[in-house]
Amino acid sequence: MDMRTRSEEKALVLTLSGKLDAVTAPVYEQRTAALIAAEPRCLVVDFERLEYISSAGLGVLLATAKRFKEKGGQIRCANVKGAVKEVFDLSGFSAIFPLHDSVAGALAAAC
Amino acid sequence: MEFMELGTLCTAARVEHLNQAVAFVDERAEQCGLEPKKKFGALLALEEAFVNICRYAYPQGEGDVVLTCGSDGELFVLELSDTGAPFDLLSLPEPDLTLDIMERKIGGLGVHFIRKLSDSVSYRREQNRNILRMAFKRA
Repeated sequence: MDMRTRSEEKALVLTLSGKLDAVTAPVYEQRTAALIAAEPRCLVVDFERLEYISSAGLGVLLATAKRFKEKGGQIRCANVKGAVKEVFDLSGFSAIFPLHDSVAGALAAAC
Repeated sequence: MEFMELGTLCTAARVEHLNQAVAFVDERAEQCGLEPKKKFGALLALEEAFVNICRYAYPQGEGDVVLTCGSDGELFVLELSDTGAPFDLLSLPEPDLTLDIMERKIGGLGVHFIRKLSDSVSYRREQNRNILRMAFKRA
């Protein structure tokens, strides 16, 4: 898995690629913990290039979302599609995370 | 049709060995002609079952996981076994998928995926081993 971040005016955009599984989930958790410490108001996670996600991946995504919400922030997901979207649907995550068709759409919705 | 074994892999039950397990099953699933969507489901179910063994089967120390792949008629069959205490993963309750972010817990999602993504799944205890058998239709 590869993670990249960039700052936009209203949000921090985190781009994931590869696999978010039991091996890479701890890396995600560690990296996002540092991002949360900087207290951005909104985090947009771009799934465009993520090929795979398991319950371990969903677990760290959920943990990050909880920490964000506790600080009054929000987390938005962009480009969740294909097999990753199916995992989101199966887990009920599609209903609890705001999903957007593009990063631009997610940024437009960010407060 | 008879069960035809496509290979067995024995590895230490450690999460770091997940990639090795996935590569092994991926190759056999290809060999068996599993279509891409089914293969994705099989590899996800594999991860969930494998990681569960790594995390819970051997609380006192280390042990192994044996993966066996095979074909049975129109099915790709994947079995995972361990020598931990008797435990049926399928006895776990279904998670509540309707709770929102703050109430939601992650536990139970792995077995939910195993149930949903396999076309059939069963547990048996045999010769002091827990054996989880998952089958996937090729198409």
